[in-house]
Amino acid sequence: MGNTFNIYMTGVGGQGIGLLAELLARAVDHAGIAMKGCDTHGLAQRGGIVASHLRLGEGAHSPLVEPGTADLVVALERHEAIRGLRTMLSASGTLVWYDASWQPLPVRLRKAQPVEASEVLTEASGRGVAAVKVFLDGLDDPRKQNMVLAGELVARGLVPGVAMDHLRAALGDLLDGPALAENLALLERVGRGPQA
Amino acid sequence: MKDLGAILLEREPFSELVIGNTALVRAMVEGGVRVVTSYPGSPTPEIADAIRAIPKDDRPFYFEFSTNEKVALEVAFGAAINGHRSVVFFKSVGLNVAADSFVQLPLMRIPGGMVVVLGDDPGANSSQNEQDNRHYARMAGVPVLEPATAGEAYAMMLAALDLAGREETVIVVRMTTHVCHAKERVPFGAWRKAPLDPTPRFDPDSANYIPLAASVFALKRKAAARLERIREGFETSPFNRVTPGDGKRGIIVAGTARLSLADCLEGRAERPAILELGTVHPLPRALVRDFLAARGEVKILEELDPVLEGDIKSLAYDAGLHTRIIGKVDTEEFVGEYVPDKVRAILHATWPGLVAPPLPPPPAIGRKDLPARPPQLCPGCGHRSAFFAIKKALAPDDITVADIGCHTLGYLEPYRMGRVLLSMGHSTSTASGLSLHNASRKVLCFLGDSTFFHAGMPGIVNAVFNGHDVTLVIMENGTTAMTGHQDLPSAGRNFNGAAPRIGVRAALEGLGVTNIREVDTYKQAELTALVTAALAEPGFKAIIAKHPCMLKFTREARRKPGWKARRVEIAQGICTQARVCLESFACPSFQVGDGARVEVHEDLCIGDGSCKRTCPSGAIIDAAGGS
Repeated sequence: MGNTFNIYMTGVGGQGIGLLAELLARAVDHAGIAMKGCDTHGLAQRGGIVASHLRLGEGAHSPLVEPGTADLVVALERHEAIRGLRTMLSASGTLVWYDASWQPLPVRLRKAQPVEASEVLTEASGRGVAAVKVFLDGLDDPRKQNMVLAGELVARGLVPGVAMDHLRAALGDLLDGPALAENLALLERVGRGPQA
Repeated sequence: MKDLGAILLEREPFSELVIGNTALVRAMVEGGVRVVTSYPGSPTPEIADAIRAIPKDDRPFYFEFSTNEKVALEVAFGAAINGHRSVVFFKSVGLNVAADSFVQLPLMRIPGGMVVVLGDDPGANSSQNEQDNRHYARMAGVPVLEPATAGEAYAMMLAALDLAGREETVIVVRMTTHVCHAKERVPFGAWRKAPLDPTPRFDPDSANYIPLAASVFALKRKAAARLERIREGFETSPFNRVTPGDGKRGIIVAGTARLSLADCLEGRAERPAILELGTVHPLPRALVRDFLAARGEVKILEELDPVLEGDIKSLAYDAGLHTRIIGKVDTEEFVGEYVPDKVRAILHATWPGLVAPPLPPPPAIGRKDLPARPPQLCPGCGHRSAFFAIKKALAPDDITVADIGCHTLGYLEPYRMGRVLLSMGHSTSTASGLSLHNASRKVLCFLGDSTFFHAGMPGIVNAVFNGHDVTLVIMENGTTAMTGHQDLPSAGRNFNGAAPRIGVRAALEGLGVTNIREVDTYKQAELTALVTAALAEPGFKAIIAKHPCMLKFTREARRKPGWKARRVEIAQGICTQARVCLESFACPSFQVGDGARVEVHEDLCIGDGSCKRTCPSGAIIDAAGGS
């Protein structure tokens, strides 16, 4: 795939993956990088899996990432992190996940064991891929978990060519008023990285 | 924040990051469209979202959500024979509903020009099948343009509007799910705003508008001549492209399979020649013939059904070509979306040296199977209370019939209610059939309120008329929830503002239903009792089980000043771990905690309290002070 960079975002309907996907797509666009993207949602608003694909570079034609070729898997939820890792991440890719747990039905019916964070880490190290667990204590609104993830991606330089300026401009395209101020403050706080 | 409405009305050329559905709306603006209609259905509702972003008074066209796809198509047709360029859009299976009128359109002189936008759904992402609507277009003789990207959706929509206007006819723009939702930066043209000419121009003497008996033949000849004229134009359409390759191999491809193919061949030195078709019906015969004639073997890479394949093979036969044409070779080529890995597998099977096979899934490291995540009714959903309560009124082998809507999800564990599904509005009639020669198993069916108005009423009239022994539960949540909360006739509001409220109960009474009960689904014990009573009575019974869509309600409540989050919690000292909340009521807010404790998920619970009455020990209580 040459000069392309593939991002696969996944989570549960209701977690705000649509905003995260639109934010990253616009940030990439603000960075002057050719991009194609596509949300995949059907019944997702009803607590199913929702995913979004984002492909960077002139060599990307389909907006959809081929299984096993994602350079970056971004998950908003733990069960979906391990699923995304297994099906989509390339052997040299990185998984970044927000460590929320929204137990799927078989877990709640006690027909399956819940996924623990340690299970995600074990699976990642077994495959020799990098995995980054993200969690922010005291977040006032779960719908801001996507901002925390976006900030982490920039702080760690995980999306080539995309910096905080691009994310800031992208967020300004999407929100205004108090929502913009609150989300931007959070994004900047996380995006400055652990050193700041 | 970017103002989408203002962007869509830009006067000068510009570019913007948009999805395919939004790009279509800009084409409608630039293309002089005056009337747009629809019935909501994935993957198309975002077209209406973009239209809504334009303030009503600034909108250069009229828009409505009609009561079903056939009605929407007819409204658009009526406007177009009055001279107003019109567009109707709906999902794949919507064309089945609209088909009775759709197939007549090519027989009509449509002076305004009309475009039907279809949201086909290869991959069945949000539909009950993968039907390939090119069949309908072929049957009726309607030209089809098929974009693969948001940019092409814009360009082809503009071209379709222009062609429809020039030929005074109807054109289909066939979108598919991942064209509707594909996102990219699209360059747009200028918009020369023109005043609306309100003159009603319908002229019944300018053409025959009554296709009856022998008069059909003349209309059919005229339609065939037009289709041939359009085909000749397609021979030189910029939407069809030949990319020369090496050797004697070629590929003919259309739709998003074109993008998957380009991905598979990216960076490869050896490439077959490629003919990409954007005008998929009628087939540009000379272009295809010349492409075939220059090659020894040609693969037709075609998502879903072999529509192009049949046309191309017959063309090759007539032209006496000896090119080896490779169509679909196994049933898997008929199934599913032609995503990059699917195309890679097909190409590898066709010419093993051309591309590597798809990457095999890596071996499992941890547990083999991860828990599946089926979609769920939302926290607080009134349907959950309804399923929980109604199940108590039914014997285990009673028969329940589903319909289309959020409540279709009742078929999943743990409710297992609504066990057969055909189409919008089928439930009462399917239930009526199930009640015949059946003295032992009660038959109960579900129907949503939007679906009631869409296609549900004829089945109800039939059940009254023919005296079927069926209990109908109308799940009234006050909105078209599953497709994103569009208004419906009982809302007292349409897309453009206030509207007469057509109540479900009044409509039922008007249809002759005399046995009607009504209850809020949160009153679970009462609902159980009502269903028990209804099932014991003969004939047709209707129960209106209502509760507002809580997703919509909560979203709206959050925007109001002074809103405070609420939730419930488990009084752990009282909880006996009977697990009714988790395993029978099954609100997703209840989670399994350490040591099999029941916990309430703070991110999910909305504090509606519909769960409280389900707890045998009363351990579900309001959380102090909210969260």
